[in-house]
Amino acid sequence: MELIITMGIPALVIGSIGLLFGLLLGYAGKLFDVKEDPRVFAIREALPGANDGGCGFSGCDAFAAAVAEGKAKVTGCPVGGSAVAARISEIMGVAASGMKRKTAFVKCGGRTDVTAWRYEYNGLRDCAAMDTMPGGGPKDCLFGCLGGGNCERACQFGAISMRGGIAVVDRTKCTACGMCVAACPRALIELVDEDKTVRVACNSKDSGKRVMSVCKAGCIGCKMCQRACQYGAIVMDGTLARVDYEKCVKCGACAEKCRTGAILDINGGAR
Amino acid sequence: MSFNYFLVFLSAALVNNFLMSRFLGICPFLGVSKKIETAFGMGVAVTFVIALASAVTHLVYHRILLPSVGWYAEIGGAKISLNVEYLYNIAFILIIAALVQFVEMFLKKSSPSLYRSLGIYLPLITTNCAVLGVTVINKETAGATLMFSVINGVGAAVGFTIVIVLFAGIRERLEYADIPKVFRGFPIALIAAGLMSIAFLGFQGLIQ
Repeated sequence: MELIITMGIPALVIGSIGLLFGLLLGYAGKLFDVKEDPRVFAIREALPGANDGGCGFSGCDAFAAAVAEGKAKVTGCPVGGSAVAARISEIMGVAASGMKRKTAFVKCGGRTDVTAWRYEYNGLRDCAAMDTMPGGGPKDCLFGCLGGGNCERACQFGAISMRGGIAVVDRTKCTACGMCVAACPRALIELVDEDKTVRVACNSKDSGKRVMSVCKAGCIGCKMCQRACQYGAIVMDGTLARVDYEKCVKCGACAEKCRTGAILDINGGAR
Repeated sequence: MSFNYFLVFLSAALVNNFLMSRFLGICPFLGVSKKIETAFGMGVAVTFVIALASAVTHLVYHRILLPSVGWYAEIGGAKISLNVEYLYNIAFILIIAALVQFVEMFLKKSSPSLYRSLGIYLPLITTNCAVLGVTVINKETAGATLMFSVINGVGAAVGFTIVIVLFAGIRERLEYADIPKVFRGFPIALIAAGLMSIAFLGFQGLIQ
């Protein structure tokens, strides 16, 4: 009896205080009920939750809220790709406007065996630091990949590695979040549709003569590709060829004609 | 007993400042003081909750928990008084947690913009020892009236806000100061907090 009283009374008192506040809170919850968009929660569930900020919002939660409010596109998540876009568009009740899976692409083929280096560099392994070295960096080409690994460090998915002195993207791991694009001080990396497999792996705006003297794999602006292309998909940007991905049908004729191999036909004959 | 409420307020805000001389609520003081804006948001949220908590805990303590209130249970013909004063800590925490929830709901409905700016700080207040500290000090002050409790609470919260905003101002400037590497970040913040506390000791003689 004694025990029941000493234990029961405090439990009863605290219990009833708790119950009282619980009831008040429950009532207040009804009174101050705010209609929250259930779609925000559903979209948030559909997102990959990497919180990498690739969409331009501060995280998956912010992106989900923005989509529900109509401030962001349903295809805005680069990491989730078309699968997530399809789910979000289902939630939002709009058609996903054919989101293509993108991948990061390094516009340089200047491996150490094909590109000249002006001097031995033993400093910080950081592209931004290398870029400020005398003469515009240790690499002879002022536009090419320095191989300092800024993009490799920026990539949260381990999709970039340094091979032969330049950055190479592993397409199977790349989520097209765009972190590497921002990390490259030479703006060498761009996001391209994954299925557009014919790409120019050079970013040099130097004259053909200079490109030839510093790199065996650079675009020298000879326009052979432009002539070879039946679809008008090669645009000359000064002395640099560029593929117009809208027009390109991936026939690979340009890559065949390219004398330096600056145009990559990634799938080769497997079309 | 009657109180000079202005002195009560001044005492809680400056002389016995919760952060600088009682050292309560240090966790948000260091955690949420990187920017003046957020520090002020935290201060406002704490003020809100402390004012409400002071009033409600005062009522609960003096109307329910104290044995002199005269609540009793009749068990087997014997009158057994509740005698549950010692439960005040649990009861206060329960009240504070419920109040924080309530404030959160209320803000969400009435002022979504304030709710968004305070958003993450509100749940933090549940575990802010300054709030519990105020209520316990109120309880321990002899002859405390409801008015005293609320004014003491608001004073303490205003003092909390003043200090956390001042400290955030100092930390914002520290970001750009040329500080030896070993002291950067938290070490220099702790040193600054210590110096601030010494400065606040200057208020000690304010009220005789």
